[in-house]
Amino acid sequence: MSITALKVPTIDFVGRRLYAIIFSTVLIGISLFSLATNGLKLGIDFTGGTLIEVGYKQKVDLSEIRSTLDQADFKHANVQYFGSTNEVLIRLKPQTISSAKLSSKIIRLLGDDVDIRRVEFVGPKVGEELTNDGGLALLYALIGILIYVAFRFEYRFALGAIAALVHDVVVTLGVFSIAQIEFDLTVLAAILAVIGYSLNDTIVVFDRIRENFLSTRHVDPEKIVNGALNQTLSRTIMTSVTTLLVLLALFFLGGEIIHGFAVALLVGVLIGTYSSIYVASSMILLMGISKEDLLPSEKEKQAIDTRP
Amino acid sequence: MNQFSTLKNISIAFCLLLAMLYAVPNIFGSDLAVQVSATGDASLAPADLERVKKILDTKSIAYKSVELTGRRILARFANNESQLTAKDSLKQGLGRNYVTALNLAPSVPSWLAGLGGKAMSLGLDLRGGVHFLLEVDMKSVINTAINKSYNELRALLRKDRLYKRVKIKGEQVVILFKTSEAKAKGIELIEQELNDLQVLEVSLDDELKISVGLTKKARTDVKKNALKQNITTLRNRVNELGVAEPIIQQQGQERIVVQLPGVQDTARAKEILGAVATLEFRLVDEKNDVKIAVRSGRSPAGSKLYYFRDGQPLLLKTRVITTGENITGASSGIDSQNGTPMVNITLDSAGGRAMLDTTKKYLNHRMAVVFIENKVETVLEKGKIVKKRSTTQDIINAATIQGTFSSRFQITGIDSAREARNLALLLRAGSLSAPIEIIEERTIGPSLGADNIIKGVLSVIIGFILVLIFMAVRYRMFGLVANVALTLNLVMIVAVLSLLQATLTLPGIAGIVLTVGMAVDANVLIFERIKEELRVNSDIQKAISSGYDKAVLTIADANITTLIAALVLFSFGTGPVKGFAITLSIGIVTSMFTAIIVSRAIINKIYGNKKKLEEISI
Repeated sequence: MSITALKVPTIDFVGRRLYAIIFSTVLIGISLFSLATNGLKLGIDFTGGTLIEVGYKQKVDLSEIRSTLDQADFKHANVQYFGSTNEVLIRLKPQTISSAKLSSKIIRLLGDDVDIRRVEFVGPKVGEELTNDGGLALLYALIGILIYVAFRFEYRFALGAIAALVHDVVVTLGVFSIAQIEFDLTVLAAILAVIGYSLNDTIVVFDRIRENFLSTRHVDPEKIVNGALNQTLSRTIMTSVTTLLVLLALFFLGGEIIHGFAVALLVGVLIGTYSSIYVASSMILLMGISKEDLLPSEKEKQAIDTRP
Repeated sequence: MNQFSTLKNISIAFCLLLAMLYAVPNIFGSDLAVQVSATGDASLAPADLERVKKILDTKSIAYKSVELTGRRILARFANNESQLTAKDSLKQGLGRNYVTALNLAPSVPSWLAGLGGKAMSLGLDLRGGVHFLLEVDMKSVINTAINKSYNELRALLRKDRLYKRVKIKGEQVVILFKTSEAKAKGIELIEQELNDLQVLEVSLDDELKISVGLTKKARTDVKKNALKQNITTLRNRVNELGVAEPIIQQQGQERIVVQLPGVQDTARAKEILGAVATLEFRLVDEKNDVKIAVRSGRSPAGSKLYYFRDGQPLLLKTRVITTGENITGASSGIDSQNGTPMVNITLDSAGGRAMLDTTKKYLNHRMAVVFIENKVETVLEKGKIVKKRSTTQDIINAATIQGTFSSRFQITGIDSAREARNLALLLRAGSLSAPIEIIEERTIGPSLGADNIIKGVLSVIIGFILVLIFMAVRYRMFGLVANVALTLNLVMIVAVLSLLQATLTLPGIAGIVLTVGMAVDANVLIFERIKEELRVNSDIQKAISSGYDKAVLTIADANITTLIAALVLFSFGTGPVKGFAITLSIGIVTSMFTAIIVSRAIINKIYGNKKKLEEISI
């Protein structure tokens, strides 16, 4: 590629921000609606309960396992294939006999020729705590980021960044709610990683917006923001593509356990890329950012002037 | 001219070499091994090493090497079969003061190990094993403490006959004094003599009534001690189970984490860890009719109704001869007379004396062994979380005292050999000071562990290769430089993980995969910036350097915010989340070094010393 061929795209992102706002509003509306009506399909990490993954040497009939469990009075057991027809996942909601011993009982029922691949038991109290801690973790991450961005940039940038983050988290959660994909601890970790990623993207754009505000005499905020978005566009896309490449590798090759994690990140990275272009910048324009806001304040100037 | 100083180049090279050195231990794989360590805090001597060698030689088991490192002896074997036979013969040959366990020993060359080189430690989800989270039932701990205070209070106030009545009410002791003088004196005595107690309320519904409770400090001390004592007991039990590299750790105020890598028989592990069992030895009440007691539901004075496991009733004297606390040794065996399982018991001197007195006095009477187990379970009832406590007391054996004995005797009448083994183990390892409950269990079978490693590593490699290709196509020469930086970043992550001995888990691998994707971001930022600079700046050298300079601030801002998210994850997370946060944080830091500094150093070497650059491949 020769130097002359380099050009910066001139896409009018800012001009189309009304469409973006409508699109985002619809997305968030659908997500919130689904979250309110369907809710999340919470995994046993949060609800408490027992999960047993067993492997058989050959294909196994689910109805046989179900009837074995039925006869032994585990009528509410949820039995399904996991990954292949040789592997079976048995789930039990917390119940009156919910204890760590439950899994031992079921394993005895299934006989000797099964390979116990995984047993997870989470007591109801632990599940409740994890739910609270998970929510708190999200909240604290957002607050920490808010403070850092407000300190490094300006409060409007911080609010813009948080708006983009909340947007991404809500939409990702919405996808999990609509598709009823199980939401477990690893997915929560992925959501937090989405926050990190989306923020990364947003900060890069903000950085350029600030730089352009300070280096040019243009005072039209819309032009400056649009310029910054175009200048960073190729980076935004490049990084998304490389991240998506590894996530696809994880999705297809990482195995069943890591599936939810990969899905959350795939959705999050896509939506995060979109939001750093449309949501974050629209928000700061909406809040009326101008060149003066980014210059050192009067007090700071005075402090500089009065220096000996 | 874009050049780093020689010193800077050397220190960068030094850092990278160091990283490679500490990443290298991970490529050697591991040997099948049997690990021998001493129980308790004792350490091993070279003489023990000779013993191990001798046992292996006499059984003619071929071994790769046997070495004493730190507090353990590791014997390495070529195959699974000799590993298993070696474990059994070592266990038999060494006796009970040693713990023998199967293990995987990393086969790092000794010169590297000498420099502190270690392989990454793999989490349970990668190597298989059990993770338990146990909760100590603090309510019973406090109740026991209140019971003890109740006895102390009675003893203290009895001397001068001060009280009318002493009663336990919830977590308090309520005392009704005879007179107000007695009350004043009583309060004074309590404050002087019993430091753990404080008078909570003077005069309740009655002027002469006071309530006494544990002080705040006493409460926390009691809880702390209970937790500590339970950890010690659990450690003993785990040692008895024979697990290499177990983790038994306090978590929070009332919880204990137990991780047992490689344990297969989780049912047994659960039984052993959670059991709060003790024994009581009591005389059989032979004067009263057990049938009457069963019918009326009331036991005669001085006796209490107990049942055998098969439901048969028996009246036992309330006085306890001795309890499990006085047991110093226990081993299971087979009764030579009738071939049933039994447990050999050794008592301490106090227990032995009590037993001697009793057996002398009550020759030809019957004595019973009562097995007591306290259980606590948290269950969900009608949407509410409830704690259920239960105690089972079963007679496991009642036999006629046929001769006097003191500290050594047998308990027979145990149902199965397995039960005899478990009982002996529990008695040896000591009883838990308070009931515990398993509130979380995560077991990963060895086959799934192996699968997880393969899948995790495969996705890292494929994802990595995809990114390498993409970068090379998009940025050509600069892309290749970024690829070198990315590879070095992976090496550094592995090195840091190995050095910190942080545990690598499957979510941890996911974190590495994610860092691979995000680490190139820094280079993308830089290269895009250089391209931009090239449009306005004809001096290529200047474009490169200002491209780097301008991008660095952005990279730092972007990465610090991600780091904040990762640190929050780390501090709040448990298990899987933590593993992810660790690798993500390490990845962010190392990627800044490789993407900014290392890539710059390489670019400088390639382009930096050419005065007039016509074209660069970006």
